[in-house]
Amino acid sequence: MLEALYDLASSNHDVMLLTADLGYGVFEKFEEMYSDQFLNVGVAEQNMMGVASGLALEGKIIFTYSIGNFPTLRCLEQIRNDACYHDLNINIIASGGGYSYGGLGMSHHATEDLSFMRALPGITIVAPSTEWEAKNAVTCLAEQQNVGYLRIDKSKVISNKNYNTFKLGKSITLRKGDDITIIAAGGIAEEAVKASDELIGDNIKCRVLSMHTVKPIDEEAIISACKETKGIVSIEENNIVGGLGSAIAEVCMDYGVIPKYFHRFGIKDMYTTIVGSQSYLRGESGILSDNIVNFIRKCFL
Amino acid sequence: MLHKNSKELSKNIRLNAVRMVNRGGSSHIGSVLSIADILAVLYADIMKYNAKKPKWDGRDRFILSKGHAGAGVYAVLAECGFFEKAKLLDHFQNGSVFSGHVSDKSIPGVELSTGALGHGLPVGSGMALAAKLDNKQHHIFVLMSDGELNEGSNWEAFLFSAHHQLSNLTAIIDRNRIQSIRSTELTVKLEPLVEKFISFGWNVHEIDGHDHQSLKENLKVRDRYMPTVIIANTIKGKGVSFMENEVEWHYRIPLDEFFKQAIRELEIAEI
Repeated sequence: MLEALYDLASSNHDVMLLTADLGYGVFEKFEEMYSDQFLNVGVAEQNMMGVASGLALEGKIIFTYSIGNFPTLRCLEQIRNDACYHDLNINIIASGGGYSYGGLGMSHHATEDLSFMRALPGITIVAPSTEWEAKNAVTCLAEQQNVGYLRIDKSKVISNKNYNTFKLGKSITLRKGDDITIIAAGGIAEEAVKASDELIGDNIKCRVLSMHTVKPIDEEAIISACKETKGIVSIEENNIVGGLGSAIAEVCMDYGVIPKYFHRFGIKDMYTTIVGSQSYLRGESGILSDNIVNFIRKCFL
Repeated sequence: MLHKNSKELSKNIRLNAVRMVNRGGSSHIGSVLSIADILAVLYADIMKYNAKKPKWDGRDRFILSKGHAGAGVYAVLAECGFFEKAKLLDHFQNGSVFSGHVSDKSIPGVELSTGALGHGLPVGSGMALAAKLDNKQHHIFVLMSDGELNEGSNWEAFLFSAHHQLSNLTAIIDRNRIQSIRSTELTVKLEPLVEKFISFGWNVHEIDGHDHQSLKENLKVRDRYMPTVIIANTIKGKGVSFMENEVEWHYRIPLDEFFKQAIRELEIAEI
């Protein structure tokens, strides 16, 4: 992802990176190389988004950066009123999606952002599952004249494969299959891939989609999944209310393509009061590959 | 630009605004009357703009952070030729773009849609920074309410703008000392305000916000390094005797006899 930011900054002097005092050990080289395209606004996310809007109104292409909920929830009104309403090219990068910072406690669990950000008109929301997707998303978001939200989490699908084309709003097929479809957003796609690989032993071939763009969602892929496979299982490291699974269900209902099997894996509308690693908290929330495997096995009994 | 007499302009802003809120049944007339002189001097004597080319790159930028006084901005823009005055009749009507809180959508001359308080200064700071980075000479003015200073986002921006030496930024505080329910000092004390801004590293000037001569002199003030803040002492509801310093005219719609009386008083006001 950083590589894409360097490329953008070197090719376009109007590209700027703003951080709200986070990114220690990450942005020093960027600051050194592109000093007048880098700005640490301090621990002040509302001001960061306001300043970003002022800069973007004057033609700058902005990336803002912080972790967890800070660059989104803390300044949601600035994102809505200043950035989105004015159709500005501002791209918010939040590092630490879901339970990436599981040990740090509830304040650092970014587990509702897909839901509340999705409700903002005019925004593009990307939760990449691989480094390759993240890198391409940065490039594509910079080219769009609207607000983008890039949710980076610490886990990633182990994949050395570089696909030919990346297009915002177009899902990536991580595994081919026609029995059932697992749709994931973000690094938790690794659980979907694991589940798929395990189910091969049961002779169940899962289609696994990385729905990296949660908004606008790839309706065509969802409709195809409904028609070509026996059902859809969604998985996200986000509240079950209003996120990826909800978006998929909306498409199914809107187009009248009702899957035989349907299940949304996500955080069950609750705060997590315990701490632990990302995978531990996934386990506590019931959003691991085992949970997917158990559900799908029951479908095919 | 610079073709209007500021006194005449302020009178017309007030008259237009009272007619707009009467017709539209909207609120915040006291807040508009409070800033009419500031708007008039900015648009008659201070700011560079081209009403026929509202996006002209060399223009000075004006942001109304206290978006609830949007009727005043619509009025001054119409008076200065950004669009036809007849359009002001649409204010607050069904289907109109002339919202109660100022909107830039389809309205030439409005830089930023506001309405939620504490947004204007951070955005203005970003604009000022962009101008500095690009070596552009235009100036950024942000007109804020004093009640709005309760919002923490403003203080983030006060710190930021001083740190980055945004000398091309002027914040104007409409210091009418009345906020939504009662006085600013009884709500959350702002004083000593001058000292606060000095300690934040701003170039501070405190003036009479209805004295055009003083406004003309002080709105031109620039420091070499510091951003400038003008504390403009004003009277909420200025120009209509029964509205002056009365908090109820933050909300109340001037109807019937109140409307006629307000228009009478504003029409006979000396310019």
